[in-house]
Amino acid sequence: MKNILVIGATSAIAEQTIRLYAQQGARLYLVARDVEKLETIAADARVRGAADVKIQTLDVNDFATHETVIEQAFATLGQIDVVLMAHGTLPDQAACEQSVELTLKELNTNALSTISLLTLCANRLQTQGSGTLAVISSVAGDRGRQSNYVYGAAKGMVSIFLQGLRNRLFAHGVNVLDIKPGFVDTPMTAAFKKGPLWAKPQQIAQSIVTAVEKGKHTLYTPFFWRWIMLIIRNIPETIFKRLKL
Amino acid sequence: MNQGINQRTLCGWGQYPKTETELLNVHSQRRIAEMLAAPGEKSLIARGMGRSYGDSALAEQTLSTLHLNHLIEFNTDTGDIRCAAGVTLSELLEIFVPRGWFLPVTPGTKFVTVGGAIASDVHGKNHHLHGCFSDHVSALKLALANGDIITCSRSENASLFYATCGGMGLTGIILNATFRLIPIESALIAESSYKTANLAETLERFEEFEQATYSVAWIDCLSSGQKLGRSLLMLGEHVPQGDLQAHRSGKLKVPFNMPSQLLNRYSVQAFNTLYYHKQTRSHAQREVHYDPYFYPLDGLHDWNRLYGKNGFTQYQFVIPKAAGLEGMQTILQRIVASKRGSFLAVLKAFGKANDNLLSFPVEGYTLALDFKIDATLFAFLDELDRIVLDFGGRLYLTKDARMSETTFKQSYPNWEAFAEIRAQTGADRCFHSLQSLRLGL
Repeated sequence: MKNILVIGATSAIAEQTIRLYAQQGARLYLVARDVEKLETIAADARVRGAADVKIQTLDVNDFATHETVIEQAFATLGQIDVVLMAHGTLPDQAACEQSVELTLKELNTNALSTISLLTLCANRLQTQGSGTLAVISSVAGDRGRQSNYVYGAAKGMVSIFLQGLRNRLFAHGVNVLDIKPGFVDTPMTAAFKKGPLWAKPQQIAQSIVTAVEKGKHTLYTPFFWRWIMLIIRNIPETIFKRLKL
Repeated sequence: MNQGINQRTLCGWGQYPKTETELLNVHSQRRIAEMLAAPGEKSLIARGMGRSYGDSALAEQTLSTLHLNHLIEFNTDTGDIRCAAGVTLSELLEIFVPRGWFLPVTPGTKFVTVGGAIASDVHGKNHHLHGCFSDHVSALKLALANGDIITCSRSENASLFYATCGGMGLTGIILNATFRLIPIESALIAESSYKTANLAETLERFEEFEQATYSVAWIDCLSSGQKLGRSLLMLGEHVPQGDLQAHRSGKLKVPFNMPSQLLNRYSVQAFNTLYYHKQTRSHAQREVHYDPYFYPLDGLHDWNRLYGKNGFTQYQFVIPKAAGLEGMQTILQRIVASKRGSFLAVLKAFGKANDNLLSFPVEGYTLALDFKIDATLFAFLDELDRIVLDFGGRLYLTKDARMSETTFKQSYPNWEAFAEIRAQTGADRCFHSLQSLRLGL
């Protein structure tokens, strides 16, 4: 039986991942801001077969509470096999360009809060000597583009932090998985027109569970984003800066 | 806010009619209530998997219930499951078959939502014994036109319960429901099939096997004369012991609309003849998984595209038992004479009707046929409508895309009571589908 901690448990990808772990009979500790949604997801997980589900509210931008919440989660579950971090927002890029305050707030939500929570979890997993830290970043973090570089910068920061963490924790038997989804059809992206590159959160969830099992370090999901991003990363900057991306 | 609005062209499973609609993606019951409380100008209807064939889930605004997809509670002693309206039967089977539970009633596709199953009050191969889907529903939660959320059951808000089950989404938005699963010991069905020589024998066989849990007949709708109504009658029972493996998702898919000429008189005739003769003996038995047994067409995703871009309609009628053989013979002869064959022609004996105002089944015989849409089809179907009405029968709203207001009002005598409940709750100012407008509801 696996013990799983999910932060940002009400995000669409996290929710679908929770369902898969619930079906396996896992013990779940679900953390998110909206208690009503948390209760709905917890009830769903119980019916699907989760051995036990606990919920905890947290506003990730309330940094002072991070330590208590993580401590509580580890105390409740004891050993933790998987920590999944899935919280985040999609910043309004144009609005960010007009507001330093908003830009910093988005960086707080999408990067600094994650780094704070990662620091707390990493130390505990290191002591434990096992487990997987699985964090949802984004393909947007692979290269800055004018259409969403605030989001991209935040996710890129998380990805580089994860690289270092992976390097540090490898010797301690802890795997660090960087999950880089492409376009996913979720409430966060409801305003976008969907095309053939868009994936369902169910697909992403399945690939996450598999990647955790296999002990992968980086997951582009769906798989073709690895190749798309390989190209995007390798376009020379002299050309890239002229593109409308 | 958790709400996406998309302007879309949508249609039902028959790909006729198509309409421009605002598709509302709403992610919580609370948001639905808030949205309804701030009334709009446009007609609104809930939509699940879009498997009703015609125009019953189409309106100026179409609210997708697919985001309401949570399980809420399961009682392992009784099998009572409470879940949100957007959960599909397919998903329930995946979760509950391995634990030894099955749907009490299932239609011919598992790709429908619980809300849709209630709104259409779907029936299955066990109707003669176990009634419709709603007969296993003990309670449901409904969002009314003013945004109030109420519980409906046979004892609480009973008139709304009887109007909502089979009510085609016209009383409000079904948010969740409680219904009872049945225990099974195996995922397999023991199927027993009988070849019959003509319609009279088919109907006799239905009588003979009225105690069989599942029964349905595939009917060769192109043979005439002595062979009119020859069928393969298929009975089924849950296998008492065995594996409890749920279905897997199929991979086969019709990638795009086929040229509709592929389905013509000759190809359909060849198919019907082959299908009838695929079983050489007059009686055969085998054990099959529930998936091919109940959902043979689910294996081929988007099979509706076989009918081409102009779409098709499924004509499903029921005639009362008293009109039985004579009525069915008259209608079948008319269909054979028209040379409009149907790949799928399914005959079933219904048990007693329930108390829902607009539920389709009445005790008697129902026949469902698919017709490719062409310029002359609707005139022909109008003619069939008159014969069906003469025999005291009616058409299934879930399949319908074209019947007239007069036909509907003559054959659904409770329509006035239904309209009154709509007026009382203000539903008539908010919930409309293209179908309800066409039928004068």
